[in-house]
Amino acid sequence: MNEPAIELQRVSKVYGSPPDQVRALTEVDLTVRYGELVAIMGPSGSGKSTLLTIAGSLEEPSEGKVLVGGIDLAKASRNDRAKMRRRLIGYVFQDFNLLPGLTVAENVALPLELDGTGARAARSISLKALDRLGLSERADRYPDQLSGGERQRVAIARAVVGDRRILLTDEPTGALDSVNGEAVMRMLRTACREGVAGVMVTHDSQLASWADRVVFIRDGRVVDQTIPPPGADSLLSGGKPSGGRQ
Amino acid sequence: MSIRHALLSLLGEGPKYGLRLREEFEQRTGELWPLNVGQVYTSLQRLERDGLIESDVEETVDGRSSQKRFRLTGAGRDELADWLRAPSGVTPPPRDELVIKVMVASTVPGIDVHEVLQVHRRHVVETMQRYTALKSRADEDDVGLALVVDAELFRLDAAYRWLEKADALLSRSGAPGYDVTTHGTPQGGAARDVAGTT
Repeated sequence: MNEPAIELQRVSKVYGSPPDQVRALTEVDLTVRYGELVAIMGPSGSGKSTLLTIAGSLEEPSEGKVLVGGIDLAKASRNDRAKMRRRLIGYVFQDFNLLPGLTVAENVALPLELDGTGARAARSISLKALDRLGLSERADRYPDQLSGGERQRVAIARAVVGDRRILLTDEPTGALDSVNGEAVMRMLRTACREGVAGVMVTHDSQLASWADRVVFIRDGRVVDQTIPPPGADSLLSGGKPSGGRQ
Repeated sequence: MSIRHALLSLLGEGPKYGLRLREEFEQRTGELWPLNVGQVYTSLQRLERDGLIESDVEETVDGRSSQKRFRLTGAGRDELADWLRAPSGVTPPPRDELVIKVMVASTVPGIDVHEVLQVHRRHVVETMQRYTALKSRADEDDVGLALVVDAELFRLDAAYRWLEKADALLSRSGAPGYDVTTHGTPQGGAARDVAGTT
């Protein structure tokens, strides 16, 4: 079994102060390992996006412990946390956030350059990431020359460029149609097969079904999860899904 | 889709032998609908009896063995054309067991309908994970398999969305809320133990 990439231990998050306190998360335990894609599902306001921002160290928990890449975030300095965010974690949100004046390869190289990598080395790493994810033919195009699906795939390549091994996504297929959405999910799966730990927040069960594990969150608590699916071959003989705990 | 119409569809492409029909049927349904030889021949006999197909016997070169080859008749071609245009899925709603279970759970004392809904949500997503795994492993050019698997995924997705809506409706109508303090722990009900999620 691979090493844990993200560990949330009894994490709670409360916004505001009494009497207008809002409890977004309550005692959440969650471990995501390298090479694993985990989907977080729940209705609006259930706390799933808060869970993602805390896992990505964009927010601090009110209680509990968060370890990213084995580092206890509470014990890391502000600078160390910022460095870890830049070097270890990639974020992909609904909007593609690609810079229109830069080519695909330059967009992907940008986080490396911002982190001090020389332009030539950054381009070389960027091209490798694009190649690994089947986008090398698009390297010298500009974002407005790409389809919506391709732009989102470039955003994923940028999120996992270099040594970043943790990918956090919030509704990564946004408003894409189902064909383009599926291409994005195939790419996410490829990245995870290459060892990236992926966490995807979604309300879409078709997207969630690409994950190795689906965690259900409700009223700020993790209430249930799927077990790794049995071999798909059992569908051919009319096999039933696993039963729950009775 | 009945086996009868599946066979008429395959014969619509041209005359075929029984075994070939079985192979193509399984191939086209992404091997999700395995048939035994008996089912194929029984259906072919009935189609022949009803005048929708006809057969001839083709002997092999050495004359020692023979195979029946089937082809559509004019009536069979008409039947196929009518079936392709007949409305699908617009019959009165079936007695969906899932709907019945949720309705019963919402009225029986001592049953937490929200927990029942969650168990079904998990079952649905687990089944979808298995179909998606099948699709992700298959060749992207395997259109037959993609069509069959996607149809199942969209059907299950609809069930999932109905479960979400039912949960919201029941919460609004005053059904007791989902008690996360009991179901989110190892001592909880039927929802899976999530303590120490790994």
